[in-house]
Amino acid sequence: MKELIQRSGLWLLPPLFGLILLGAWEGAIRYWEVPPYLMPAPSAVLAALWGDAALLLGSLWLTLVITLQAFLLAVVSGVALALLFSQSRLAAAALYPYAVILQVTPIVAIAPLVVIWVGYERVNLALLILAWIVAFFPILSNMTLGLRAVDPNLRDLFHLYGASRWQILWRLQLPSALPYLLAGMKISGGLALIGAVVAEFVAGSGTASGLAWRIIESGNRLNMPRLFAALTLLSLLGMTIFGLLSLIQRLLLARWHESELSKAGR
Amino acid sequence: MSADPLLRLDAVTLSYPNGTRALAGVDLTVAAGEFLSLLGPSGCGKSTVLRLVAGLLSPTSGQVEWTRPAARGDIGFVFQEPTLMPWATIRANVRLPLDLAGVGRAEGDSRALAELEKVGLSDFADAYPRELSGGMKMRAALARALVTRPGLLLLDEPFAALDEITRLKLNDDLLALWRHGGFTVLFVTHSVFESVYLSSRIAVMGPRPGRIVGEMMVDLPPERDLATRTGTLYGAQCRAVSALLETAMAPASNTGRGAG
Repeated sequence: MKELIQRSGLWLLPPLFGLILLGAWEGAIRYWEVPPYLMPAPSAVLAALWGDAALLLGSLWLTLVITLQAFLLAVVSGVALALLFSQSRLAAAALYPYAVILQVTPIVAIAPLVVIWVGYERVNLALLILAWIVAFFPILSNMTLGLRAVDPNLRDLFHLYGASRWQILWRLQLPSALPYLLAGMKISGGLALIGAVVAEFVAGSGTASGLAWRIIESGNRLNMPRLFAALTLLSLLGMTIFGLLSLIQRLLLARWHESELSKAGR
Repeated sequence: MSADPLLRLDAVTLSYPNGTRALAGVDLTVAAGEFLSLLGPSGCGKSTVLRLVAGLLSPTSGQVEWTRPAARGDIGFVFQEPTLMPWATIRANVRLPLDLAGVGRAEGDSRALAELEKVGLSDFADAYPRELSGGMKMRAALARALVTRPGLLLLDEPFAALDEITRLKLNDDLLALWRHGGFTVLFVTHSVFESVYLSSRIAVMGPRPGRIVGEMMVDLPPERDLATRTGTLYGAQCRAVSALLETAMAPASNTGRGAG
């Protein structure tokens, strides 16, 4: 029994703590009679989630679609560019600095420009581009690193058996890079969401109607329960993305990679 | 060593771009079917010789001459580490050389399994490398090196990282494989005892820049076992090799440099 508690205890701890926190929050709001436009009680947030469900779910869907599109685009383009870099030193030397520039320039600073260029009538495309810019670099840099992180002896072995460039890439470099790629995807998934939200904040003005816009709107109208409801959905979305990517990572690496072995051994 | 030469290294030197001389004129003949050990101190260029023979390095000057052209898969290589692909099963690891040569999956699998059986790993064909002990991983590496039925097997201190009990067992297994396999072995080691126990001939290398300073036929019966290790003949051979190794080290300590 004690062992069971110990084993399941670590899993139960965060939700348990969350429940206690929510209870204390609810109690404090009621005890001090805090007005909902300053701080809504969890019950009010839940009511807003229920009452504004249609509106909020529509916004959630938009943010979700943009985030996923940006993420997939980032994975495809990041992997493609990393492959190009691994095959051609020339391409790497010529292009990598620009990828870095794209990465180090704060997204908030380029966002207005992108929104203007793309046009307010196609604001979702602008959001997609901005979220992609943010999500793209971790994939590129991790994949580039991964493609280089090949056991030199294994490389020699492939050369010894006359492996072609293609065979080395497919059978050696890509599997070696997989753990790096998955780590990059975990970062990138979260960044895609952040990028989508930040872009919407900058675009503002109500042409975009994702969760970020709901937050701005609710804030302007002092509709705190709805603001918190939108915030809750954003967090849930972020956690789901992270959870799914962690699951994929575990499924793909479980049998062979050190990062997953330590978990199994415990 | 009555057999024909398989390959000859003729005044082979190797310098790295930064000017370091790894090898200074190595002359060595490898006879077909022999078990030749390359013995020397760490950093003397033994592994470099192996890489030159494998074609992974090209000599700066001199030549590596084969009596017949070495085809793809004609050389097996076992590294100091097992060097298995962690993401692939043992079977897939052993099959790799055949996969790279375009051999079909079914034939590749059956040949890989046959090779795994020879090294006693049949039950672990579908395991991943991390599930195996160090000695078992080395056996898998051995099976992979032999799966193409190479004429020449190159081993680069393959058992150096193993515990002694495992190492002795693998020495016997390697000898058995060699006796029945009909291939030539070039074995790099820094252990006098290991080289005498295993080899039919020993070439001793001096400290960097490497060169061959002496060769010796091992005067022991071809069948070797525990009795070999405790016999007086074995001790005498070990002393003789040690003496060779000592003369190999001597010039370096006189000049006081070049060993770096």
